[in-house]
Amino acid sequence: MKMSENRIYIYKRYERFWHWSQALLIIVLMITGFEIHGSYSLMGFKDAVDLHTLAAWTMLVIWAFTIFWQFTTGEWRQYLPSMRNVGAMILYYTVGIFKDMPHPFRKTAVQKHNPLQRLAYLALLAFISPLIWVSGLLYLFYGNWAQLGLDKYFTLETVALVHTAGAFMMAAFFFIHVYLTTTGHTIFAHIKAMITGWEEVHDEGGHAKDAKVAARKA
Amino acid sequence: MSTRRSGWRHWIGAVMIMAASTLTMAATTKGEIPVAAAAGKAQSTADHSKFKELEGPFKSGPEVTKACLSCHTEASHQVMKSIHWTWEATSPTTGQKLGKHHVANNFCGSIVSNEPRCTSCHAGYGWDDKNFDFSKQENVDCLACHDTTTAYKKVPTDAGHPLYEPREMPKGSGKIVQPPDLAKIAQNVGKAGRHNCGACHYNGGGGDAVKHGDLDTSLNDPHRDLDVHMSKDGANMVCADCHTFNGHQPSGSRYAAMSKDTKGLDMKHVDHNRATCESCHDVTPHEDERLNNHANRVACQTCHIPEFARGGIATKTLWDWSTAGKRDENGNGLFIKDDHGHLSYSADKGNFEYGENVRPTYKWYNGVVHQIAMTDKIDDTKILELNRVEGSAGDPNARIWPFKVMVGKQPYDPVNKTLVVNHVFGKDDAAFWGNWDYEKSIKFGMDYAGLPYSGQFDFIETRMNWFITHMVAPKEKAVRCQECHTRAEDGRLAEITDIYLPGRDRSGWVDLLGGLAIIGAIGAGSIHGIARFLTRRKGQ
Repeated sequence: MKMSENRIYIYKRYERFWHWSQALLIIVLMITGFEIHGSYSLMGFKDAVDLHTLAAWTMLVIWAFTIFWQFTTGEWRQYLPSMRNVGAMILYYTVGIFKDMPHPFRKTAVQKHNPLQRLAYLALLAFISPLIWVSGLLYLFYGNWAQLGLDKYFTLETVALVHTAGAFMMAAFFFIHVYLTTTGHTIFAHIKAMITGWEEVHDEGGHAKDAKVAARKA
Repeated sequence: MSTRRSGWRHWIGAVMIMAASTLTMAATTKGEIPVAAAAGKAQSTADHSKFKELEGPFKSGPEVTKACLSCHTEASHQVMKSIHWTWEATSPTTGQKLGKHHVANNFCGSIVSNEPRCTSCHAGYGWDDKNFDFSKQENVDCLACHDTTTAYKKVPTDAGHPLYEPREMPKGSGKIVQPPDLAKIAQNVGKAGRHNCGACHYNGGGGDAVKHGDLDTSLNDPHRDLDVHMSKDGANMVCADCHTFNGHQPSGSRYAAMSKDTKGLDMKHVDHNRATCESCHDVTPHEDERLNNHANRVACQTCHIPEFARGGIATKTLWDWSTAGKRDENGNGLFIKDDHGHLSYSADKGNFEYGENVRPTYKWYNGVVHQIAMTDKIDDTKILELNRVEGSAGDPNARIWPFKVMVGKQPYDPVNKTLVVNHVFGKDDAAFWGNWDYEKSIKFGMDYAGLPYSGQFDFIETRMNWFITHMVAPKEKAVRCQECHTRAEDGRLAEITDIYLPGRDRSGWVDLLGGLAIIGAIGAGSIHGIARFLTRRKGQ
């Protein structure tokens, strides 16, 4: 099979750092978080709480930098949602992928997420993450609620349940996300791109149109 | 200093959020405040052996007291106001008349009609019946608390007097006990040490460790793990270092234990009451802010006294009076000892159970104790709690406290619905001990107390809550987080159900839906992946 291979630089250094640091922190947060939840015991409640707290603060710092980075680089536009071509994406993942049909979306540096990814990451960043952050910070500062006048509005139970619900959503996202990394042109293509920053673009002619569509949208 | 250990965490927090930095700074300055002085023997300005008044010889305790009072002019008046003398207290929270005079317990029941035995722990001499004169100054016992020689001992059955003549004790043993040298004792008086307090407080309920569970003779020279405050390898403190006295008034009371000390550090001139942990350790003693926050709802003792009766001496955990009075084949009272040498059955007292290294029972407590008095109407349809402690999660003054819950079964009047005075001790033929006849002993006790009695008795199951507040372990032996934060059915706080406890509590719905979401995510990925594998094009 003949393909002309182009490499485009799609994930910049900071973005890759953000991604992998998040990956590590989310795994740590899930392992410690579900121990705190009582699902199992691994390192003991105290160590789990300490590590969970440390990982959370670390992630908040990285997020602060990331938000700054998103806006200064304009990368935040990558998460603007659009319903266009969502149908094509769904069709691809439910039918096309099994028939070896071409991927309907062409990654470019200006548009690195397919329409489904855009929706998924927007949901993650705009809904699940804030849900976890807000409930988590409230949880963390439970001892200061009375001082801050917050005890009138919340109960620990509500906050804990919201936090737990967010954690379950994050865990579900995590597993789907990891699976979807295998849907590139090879199993590890996406992971490799996220490590090196370079995505291999396979121009099979049929993709040219998609590339134009993508370019136009951007 | 161990501030190092958590320093990095504080540092990160401080950099990130300014609000957090103010909290952590407040926590780290705590370590600089010195705790109250430990128990090194303070120098006295008087040598009592040089006083003419104390040359003796003294024929009796009251004679010694008169000599003491010739200099210490206010002492007897002060003691006579104290609970050590009156055995009477008014609850500051409920207004009830409390003290040994009025309340019932599920050990020997009541002091009334049993005075000569019970009052061996009275800070006085001669309270042998209900007509004791509480105003006679020379009847105050100075030596019980101020003897430093440990030679002074009140005879268990002599209404508070020490031995004045040689006596065979116990009767028939052939052992002749010599009376203590009162003059020598008087010349060596000083501040109360542990053996002074312990003579009574270790032996409550009739023997070593019987009553409290956290007070017994093991505290005379405890290992550091047993009591970090009293150990020579710890702070080497004595009882009165915390139970500070002012004008002979003790501080710290189980009738109205302070549920939450919000004042913190107590300077000596403020109220002479250092009987709370916070008096020395202040209200935020931990480096970890999260632990400090616990102190709002959890008493210090709950984490820092993991078990009671840890000193190798068993405490009584059950006393069933209903089985008392059995005789052996010869008609003598039946007495059975268990493998550890403890009485498991006594004809005089019934069945016993004991415990060592006992995990406390945890209850909310807001500072209010509802004591049952002898005259109170009781509900005999359920287990009777003789001193119910009040509190709940919704009560801001309540904290979770540890208790020894004493299980009892004791006589009561099923017609009048009151507890009864059981006359157990005495040389008369009505006393239960030796005669084993409840009909007579209760009748005698109630008549003596002047209380109404229907003539009928039955037995009611009772519970009594004993605050666990001594035998504080070193911090490394404190209860670990997961002993409460656990789903295990035997979690320490399993019975405290009116709070959300992380690690224990959850919503079944959140867990079910969340679990399904995770299973769905993994399942969908797996199925999708298998389908891709099966439909893959060969040769690519």
